Amino acid sequence: MTAPQHAAPLDPLSFRDRRRRISSRVWLALTGVAAALTVLPLLLIFFHLLRAGLGSLNPEFFTSVPAPVGQPGGGVGNGVLGTFLLVGLAGAMGLPVAIGAGVYLAEAEGGPMANGIRFITDVMNGIPSIVIGIFVWAWVVVAMGGFSAFAGGVALAIMLLPMVTRTTEEMVRLVPREMKEGALALGFTRWRTTLGVVLPAARSGILTGVLIALARIAGETAPLLFTAFGNPFWSAGLGEPIAALPVQIFQYAISPFEEQHKQAWAASLLLIALVLAMNLAARFLIRSPYRSR
Amino acid sequence: MQPVPEQAGVLATGTRSFASRLLPRYAQGNVADRSYALALGAFGLAIPVLFAFIVVRVGVASWPAIQRFGLGFVGGTTWDPVAGQFGALPFIFGTLASSLLALLIAVPLSIGLAIFLTELAPRWLAAPIAFGTELLAAIPSVVYGLWAIFVLVPWLRSSIQEPVANAIGDKVGLFAGPAYGSSIMAGGVILAIMIVPFISAVSREVLAAVPVAQREAALALGATRWEMTWQVVLPYAVPGIIGAIILGLGRALGETMAITMVIGNRAEVATSLFAPGATMASVLANEFAEASDDLHLAALMSIGLLLFGITIVVNSVARFLVWRVSLRGGK
Repeated sequence: MTAPQHAAPLDPLSFRDRRRRISSRVWLALTGVAAALTVLPLLLIFFHLLRAGLGSLNPEFFTSVPAPVGQPGGGVGNGVLGTFLLVGLAGAMGLPVAIGAGVYLAEAEGGPMANGIRFITDVMNGIPSIVIGIFVWAWVVVAMGGFSAFAGGVALAIMLLPMVTRTTEEMVRLVPREMKEGALALGFTRWRTTLGVVLPAARSGILTGVLIALARIAGETAPLLFTAFGNPFWSAGLGEPIAALPVQIFQYAISPFEEQHKQAWAASLLLIALVLAMNLAARFLIRSPYRSR
Repeated sequence: MQPVPEQAGVLATGTRSFASRLLPRYAQGNVADRSYALALGAFGLAIPVLFAFIVVRVGVASWPAIQRFGLGFVGGTTWDPVAGQFGALPFIFGTLASSLLALLIAVPLSIGLAIFLTELAPRWLAAPIAFGTELLAAIPSVVYGLWAIFVLVPWLRSSIQEPVANAIGDKVGLFAGPAYGSSIMAGGVILAIMIVPFISAVSREVLAAVPVAQREAALALGATRWEMTWQVVLPYAVPGIIGAIILGLGRALGETMAITMVIGNRAEVATSLFAPGATMASVLANEFAEASDDLHLAALMSIGLLLFGITIVVNSVARFLVWRVSLRGGK
């Protein structure tokens, strides 16, 4: 009996093929490294936020105004309230226009004006937020004679406008044509078709876009620096400067005081929680029934 | 898909006037429909009107500086509010330098990530990573800035800037010391972290749109997986990826808070990456609120106008590229 002979492989890999195989593996592994490197900052940021911010979160932090410089304690209650107020104000001013413009873009489809407006909306989405800040300063703040919550609301509303316009357009377009035609065939006028049939059908999708846009403006600092300005106290009204969480974080972060740095970390943790909660709500709670796949 | 013709009675017969062609077709229907069309048109028009108003208002506010300095404003290297000397070059330089550095870091990472997610990663791994990058995109700029001030900048100074500056700083001007920490480099790194989610998200979409048949053909011809990706999939997707990169550049140019907090804010054209600088956005954030006199204010407004103009051009180019690719992909 002879031991079975090992047959030579039919198609031996040449040296070149071997090299190609290895280089393929190496490059693909490098893309994995790239993926790991991009996720790393996220983990680091959350780690540091929790480590440095968690300790300062206590009831006083949510309910009181900042302590005088150099003294411990105090909170960002006024900033939280201010942020909600500013976002609400921006929503009240910006959302009706944005949704109206979105419906217009969806209905006018490929007309020359619609294409122009669509393009300008996209370009407006790219305007740096600081430029919107100085524009609102030159327009509203100068006219009103001082920084105000109203001016801050206007600045955030301008940021909101292009984002919500485009998502509204997309969502309205996803509504099946048959629904619209059914309503029209039943004798509905155009506006009743839109308000009574199309918008309700697109509601969840639009709401998703609105929530994401509100989350984004809630974290904006630059447009508020010269409009809402910030305020160390509970603010009295729309005509006065008002505190906002992101502005407080900025001011604390660049201050020389250790105590304020701590507050900045805790306030950032709070802001992130707020923004992420809105994003997650948009993502998980609401789904457009007409979204493809 | 052919659009269904509008119902009779809604569309008036005969040629439509130019004005009515701007509005939805039913603008010529009954009174209710017509006023509805007009109202919608008014909402739609609000956006371009607002846009034009921003251009005009910022333009008018910067007029005194434009009148005084003319084109020399763009090339002027001195920014001295006390002496009334205003030149924008240090800020233009700082903006470009930090943004280019950001692209240099972010582009390979984003494309690598996009390839990893579309070609390589199993679903259980791809989903959380994609979710993580979306979270990165949702983090407010000021939070990035805070993290960068207290974590990133000290780390960069002690682990990268000091050793590198000590080793080759006197030979290579780009890495010359002293290591300030807050520097153009710190600005570029934090910008890179911030734009990776945007570039990779668009790149991923573009890569996913490459037809499966292209991949299969490459594999059938004996290509390895990487050869397929590098020689077949990427070339197909290049225009869209360039669009994604320019979109990221647009974001980097206009980014304000995070970079203001780490770039060091010194109005100089620095030759070292480790030296502090300033960007157009950061000088606005720093000086606007306490601008002392009218000329200073007008000069800052001009910088805003300049930044506005640059981002409009960059974004228009990016939109055009992405739009062209999506047209091609749709057919």
